[in-house]
Parts: sequence; C-alpha cells; structure tokens
Amino acid sequence: MNDYIIEMLNITKEFPGIIANDNITLQLKKGEIHALLGENGAGKSTLMSVLFGLYQPEKGEIRKNGEVVKIKDPNDANALGIGMVHQHFKLVEVFSVLDNIILGVEPATKRLGFLQKAEARRKVMELSERYGLKVDPDALVEDITVGMQQRTEILKMLYRDNEVLIFDEPTAVLTPQEIDELMKIMKGLAAEGKSILFITHKLDEIKAVADRCTVLRKGRYIGTIDVATTSKEEMSEMMVGRKVQLVMEKQPQKLGNSVLSVQNLTVKSKKHGKALVNNVSFNVRRGEITCIAGIDGNGQSELVYALTGLMKTDSGKIYLGDKEITHMSVRERNLSGLSHIPEDRHKHGLVLDYTLENNLVLKRYFDKQFAKNGFLKFSEIRRYADGLIEKYDVRSGQGAVTAARSMSGGNQQKAIIAREIDLGNDLLIAVQPTRGLDVGAIEYIRKELLRQRDSGKAVLLVSLELDEVLEVPDRILVMYEGEIVGELDPRHTTAKELGLYMAGAQRN
Amino acid sequence: MDNKQGKQSLISRLASSEAFLSVAASLICIVIGLLLGTVVLAIINAEHAIGDGLMVIIKSGFKSPRNMGTVLANAAPLIMTGLSVGFAFKTGLFNIGAAGQYTLGAFGALYCAIVLQLPWYLCLLAAMLLGALWGAIPGIFKAYLNINEVITAIMFNWIGLYLVNDIMYGKGQSPMYDLATTKTFSLRKVAKGSMIPSCGMSDMFGKLQSVTIAIFIAIFFAIIVYIVLSKTTFGYELKACGFNKHAAQYAGINDKRNIILSMTIAGALAGVGAGLYYLSTVAEWNPQVSTALPALGFNGISAALLACSNPIGTVFSSLFISYITVGGTKLSTQYYTKEIADVITALIIYLCAFSMLFRNRIRAMLTGKNRRVNVGKGGND
Repeated sequence: MNDYIIEMLNITKEFPGIIANDNITLQLKKGEIHALLGENGAGKSTLMSVLFGLYQPEKGEIRKNGEVVKIKDPNDANALGIGMVHQHFKLVEVFSVLDNIILGVEPATKRLGFLQKAEARRKVMELSERYGLKVDPDALVEDITVGMQQRTEILKMLYRDNEVLIFDEPTAVLTPQEIDELMKIMKGLAAEGKSILFITHKLDEIKAVADRCTVLRKGRYIGTIDVATTSKEEMSEMMVGRKVQLVMEKQPQKLGNSVLSVQNLTVKSKKHGKALVNNVSFNVRRGEITCIAGIDGNGQSELVYALTGLMKTDSGKIYLGDKEITHMSVRERNLSGLSHIPEDRHKHGLVLDYTLENNLVLKRYFDKQFAKNGFLKFSEIRRYADGLIEKYDVRSGQGAVTAARSMSGGNQQKAIIAREIDLGNDLLIAVQPTRGLDVGAIEYIRKELLRQRDSGKAVLLVSLELDEVLEVPDRILVMYEGEIVGELDPRHTTAKELGLYMAGAQRN
Repeated sequence: MDNKQGKQSLISRLASSEAFLSVAASLICIVIGLLLGTVVLAIINAEHAIGDGLMVIIKSGFKSPRNMGTVLANAAPLIMTGLSVGFAFKTGLFNIGAAGQYTLGAFGALYCAIVLQLPWYLCLLAAMLLGALWGAIPGIFKAYLNINEVITAIMFNWIGLYLVNDIMYGKGQSPMYDLATTKTFSLRKVAKGSMIPSCGMSDMFGKLQSVTIAIFIAIFFAIIVYIVLSKTTFGYELKACGFNKHAAQYAGINDKRNIILSMTIAGALAGVGAGLYYLSTVAEWNPQVSTALPALGFNGISAALLACSNPIGTVFSSLFISYITVGGTKLSTQYYTKEIADVITALIIYLCAFSMLFRNRIRAMLTGKNRRVNVGKGGND
C-alpha cells in the first residue's frame, strides 16, 4: 500500500564548500500539485536536478511507486516518466515548435529513418487540445512568446508520456495573464492524473494551485504542510526563518530638483523603422522613485537602453542634472552619475566567468583607487570587494574569489546592486530588480531602493510585477506601445485601473 | 599528526589550484598522445615502432647540441604565433590569420634586411608593424561591420601570401630574389648586420648559426603578454570583452576598440614570430614554391590550445611541439615519414579537448571524492 508516486528519502548532495541538500525528504502523491518552497540557495533546484538525474546524491534514495530506482541521467528520468520544464528553457531557437517537441524521440520509418512528422503532429495537436496548451506547431521558437515557449516545454513532457512533471520557477518569466493561464493548465494536468512538482518562492501561486508544500531553508528540510490550512505569513516564516515584512513602510517624501529629464525621446527599430519608444517625456527628481509600468515588450527595455547608452536615440534629448547626455558613451554617462541595475543580470549585469571581486569593480577598475599607470591594484580591489560583500551581505562559496557563475541568482543580484549603489550616483535606474528572486531577497532589494530615495537620490524603477508597481514607487508612468499613456499616483490607484492603462484601454 | 595535516592541506591546495590542474591535465594529454602516436607508428610499421619510431622522436631533440639548437630556433617563432592565437582567444576572438600575419612579418623583416640593410631590431620592428596591420584588418571588419574574423582572416592569409610572393619574386627581377637558390637572398651572405645576434648561443649548440637570442626575445614577449593580460586594466577589459561582450558594453568598455586592438596586437606578435625565424636565418623564403601558408602560423593554434592560451604555458607547449617536430625529422625515412610528428601533435591537441575531464579526474583523485565542478548551475536554486 503506497500512494506516493515519487519519494526522495534522506537526500544529501554536496558541492565544493557547500552542502546543497542536507538529508532532505520529499514525497509526491499521485495526482497532486506539490510546491517546493525556499529562498535562493535553499537547494530546490539541486534537489530537482538530483531527481532529474543531473546530479548524483552522496546519500539517500529515490523510490518510484515504492520501488528504489537509480537515476543516472535525464534519460533514466525520462524512462521513469519524469519530465522537467527548466527555468531557462531548453529549446532550439531556430526549430519549429513541433520539431522541438519531438526532438530526441523523433518518429521515423524503421528502415531508412525518414521522419514521420504527420503522426507526431497528430499526437501533439491532440495533447494541445486536451490540456488547453495553445501552440502554433509550425512557428519557429525564436518568433513565439515566452508563454508559448513554455507551453512547448510542457508539451515536450506530455509527448513523452511523462507522469511526473517538474516545473522549475515557471512563472518567473511570465506576464500576469500568462501566469493565470499556466495555473489553469497545471490544475488541468493534475486533474488528468499527472503529478506535479512546482518549484517557486511566490506564495500567491502556491496558494492558488498547490495541494501540499515542502519548505527548504539553507539546504535543510523544514517541513511539509497542507496549503489550504496554512497562511502565507506562516509559509514565509518557514522559508525565511524569521518574520518577513510583506508590506513596505515608507518615509514621507522629500522632493528635490530634477535629476533625470527626458524630452521627446524617440527610438526606432533598426529592423523595421517602427518607433519602439515614441516621443516620451518625463523627469525624475531627487527623493522620488518613479516607476515605468507596462506589459513586457512595450518599449521599456529600449527606453532604458537609450537612457543608459546601449542603444542610439533617433530624436529627443536626455539630461542628467543640467548636463545633456543624449549622445554620450556608456562610460561617460556612468561617470556623469548614472547607475544601472540591468534587466538581464547574466547578459549585461555580470561577467559570469569573472570572480565576484572583478565583477564588483566592473565599472570602476580604471579608477585611481584601483589602478595605477594602467596596472590593477589587486589588494585594493580585494579590500573593496570584501567591504561590499560584508555591507550588502553577498553570500557565496569562496567570498571575493568565487566565480560569479557559481553564485545563486539572488546573490548575483545583490552583487550588482552593491556595485551600482556604491558608485554613489545621483540616478539609479533599476530594471526588474527583483525578477526571479525570493521573498527575502525581494524585501531586501525594495528596502534598498527606498533607502536610496530617502537619501535624496533619484530612482527610476522599471517593473512588470503589479504588486511592486503599486507598493514601491511614488509615481507610476504606464508605457503602452512605446508611449507613456498615463501617470498614476500609487496611493490612489488600483490594480484594476493600472491594468486598463497597461492594456492600452485607457490613457490620460 | 601535524605532518599529516600539512600533507593534506598541500593536496587540497593542489586540488584547488587551477594552474596545477591545467599543467597536470596538459601533461596527461601529452602522455596519452605519445602512446596513441606509438599505436599509429605500430600500424605503419610494427617492427620498428618503439626503437626506430617513438624513441627517436622522444630522444632526438636532446641527442646532440645541434638538435637542441634546432629545437630552440624553431620554438622561438612558434612561441610568438602561439601567443598571437592565445592573446586573441582571451578576447573571445579566433585568430586563424596568424599565418597571414606571419607572412607579412616575414616580408617586412626580409625587405628591411636585404634591400634596406637595416639593423636587426629595425627589421624586427618592421615585421611587427606589418603583422599588426594584417591583424588589424580583420579586427576592423569585425568591430564595425560585424563580419566574422575567421572568414576575413582566412581570406587575408591568402591575399597576404600571394602579395608577398609576388613582390619577393618580382618575375625574377626582385632585389630580394636569389636566382641561384630560387629563394630570397641568404642574410648570412648579403645582410650579416640584419641577423639577430647569437651572443654565443650558436657556439653552445654545435655552431648552429640559426640559434640566436630569438628564444629569449620570444620568452620576453610571453612575459609581457602575461603581464598585460593578468595585471593591467587593459587586460581586464580584453578578458571582460572575451567572456561577455554585452556586460563589457554595459560597463562602458569600448568593445570595438578592444576587438581591433586585440587583433592588432595578435598580428604584431605573429609578425615578430616571422622576424625571429627569418632574421635568425633558420631558412629563406621561397616565393615560388610557397603556395602553402607557413605552417608555423597554424601550429601557433596548437601551441595556444595545448597551453590553454596561457602565455607562460605557451612557451613550454611551443618548446615541446618544436621538440617532437625535430624528433620527427630524425626518423629514418626507411620506416617512417617526418609528418608522423604532426600526427602525434595533432593527437595531443585533440586530447586537449578532454583536458577538462582530466582536470576533474585529478581533482577527484586528490580529494578522494567524486566531486564535480559546479558548472552551468546558474540561476536560482
């Protein structure tokens, strides 16, 4: 008698200098949605990688339907019916959706190995209809939305007849509408008898779909709870190990003079000449956080690239203080007082193969403090890095010499924030600074932004998360199709009103 | 007790030392490469594989001072082309154009020596400048037009080769062309003042005239490159561009400038390599037969790969490649061809692709645990 489909018993997995999983037990019932909750570095992804055969545990065993199984690689996992949607999708960009789904298990004629796509297409379309996973099988992955890419990943698992589905932070990349849709899909899958492991740190989502929840903290097992009877506060306390302030307390605002002033800024697409940022004007003053809200892809990224110098502007002017920076290089802008927490911390924010200390001086290695006659002062860099690591509580395996690549997402982001804030610049542009992070890290970063505001700096926040947009800033500007369509006061607006502006249904 | 602890910490220090692991992995590549080479020798001629094959390759380099001299004379230019390729690698560029830059360097050196009769260091400078020019071109194309440097560099290899051959030959009328030898004039006869001084080196190595201070010049350049890459802000920028171009742009590093500079410097290094070779009179240029690109340019890729692009490592990998190449030339033609040395080098380079695996194995052996390096585990967890 055993109603668990998968059991991971007393799993221990070590990495050099760190125990990622310390005696963790996780039991998944058939047909349930089981959330795995924990902060960055709590060991969630490692545990799932063990289940998926990417890592071998030092101790512990895995059972399927009560029988002990050995999972040496993802092929073994697949044979056992375990599938995974990774946080960063594993899709071939230049292949069609259908090709991606059948990749690795292509149906082919026996003799000559000709592809039999018609049959595959039939099966995919059937699955797509049955579970409400709308995809265009012939579209290239590079052309479709993130949401459809994710549905493609889910179809990949279903096509392989997997019965245990692992979702690794599936909502980190989705818009609010896409998240709702995903939640529906997950419930549908569970109703059809699939068992789902859902890795997340978003309590709302757990509340919305999960039956039970296992909480990990710093590599240790904290407990498994019944979601319906546990409050969000209790769950967050289990996850973080202390009470978390979910709502920010704000100091009264002390407005100063304008730091960033944008006048009639237009940025056109190089491909088709369409205006991605269309005649945008606004300013940000000392002591305020101005937030650019909007659905992803409405010109926010391009606006930031234009402000920070990563993209050329077609017309309009940008002033930093009373200095025009419209045509300045990135370096000149940085030195003129612009800090930038970029949207993509792996692409722009960090040189992943550099050490933490080298990343912490990425914008000031040439400074007199760190270089003399073109030679780097290594001891100075180390001292500075150690200071920042201490001050901003950046955690890593080997301190200043840790490779940035091996750090957890939250700590990578902390390192970037430490670097940018410590530049002491008047303007901080923070683009989705809490994307993909856990409650503890989000709380930390939002507090840090408020601290900047209170110390008389100007902060431009770009965010896709509704709760962040409503909670953190003093002023909201909504962008829709490259234009600023509305200015709202977060104290006197609602999510519903904001949503109307974001969808382009309303403007002022 | 203390002693044991000391020993353990030494082992764990070694296990975490990247330098030690790299060297150990490269040595394993070499040993396995030699073993596989022996297998190849055995396939060609089983009877003589060990005594007349492997042993000749391994021993010949040290057999006589003259052989040792040959090793050094050939290693010097190889170090330079190896540095050239390795330097570009560090910036994320593949300088397959080292051969072309080397060709231009050869022309610069020989023209200044034979026609202008300039002292050796000015000839070397000319080689450096022409090499730099030939490296800069693919760099400019890459930086401003985003054309892959590999394609441009390959085309400029051939453009350079035919251009140089044409000028040096000049339908037999060129002042650099010696009708008697069908090569460029020997510097030993017409431009003694342009030869790199031997400073007693050739006397040490069996009066072999081509042994000069070139090897020290090459080592000097290796040290300079090492310092530039690991100690300076310029090296910091170059490596940042190589690791992540986008982050470099974000940080305000001028990546276009760095791409061009990196290729220019790589070209200069390859050019110096040619200068060291021809100004040491290891050989003369044969403009009529040279329809193939100089092998030293391409062997630089091997030297850089074997050394994981480390400038100091390149000195040793070049010496080694030069050593077994000399060994290859000493094989009895009755049983083998000298190209067998190239086969062995190729095997070793091929095995270098496995060096990551060897490194992890060595680490695991030292720590006694099957620990894997935590690669690719980005993101949240």
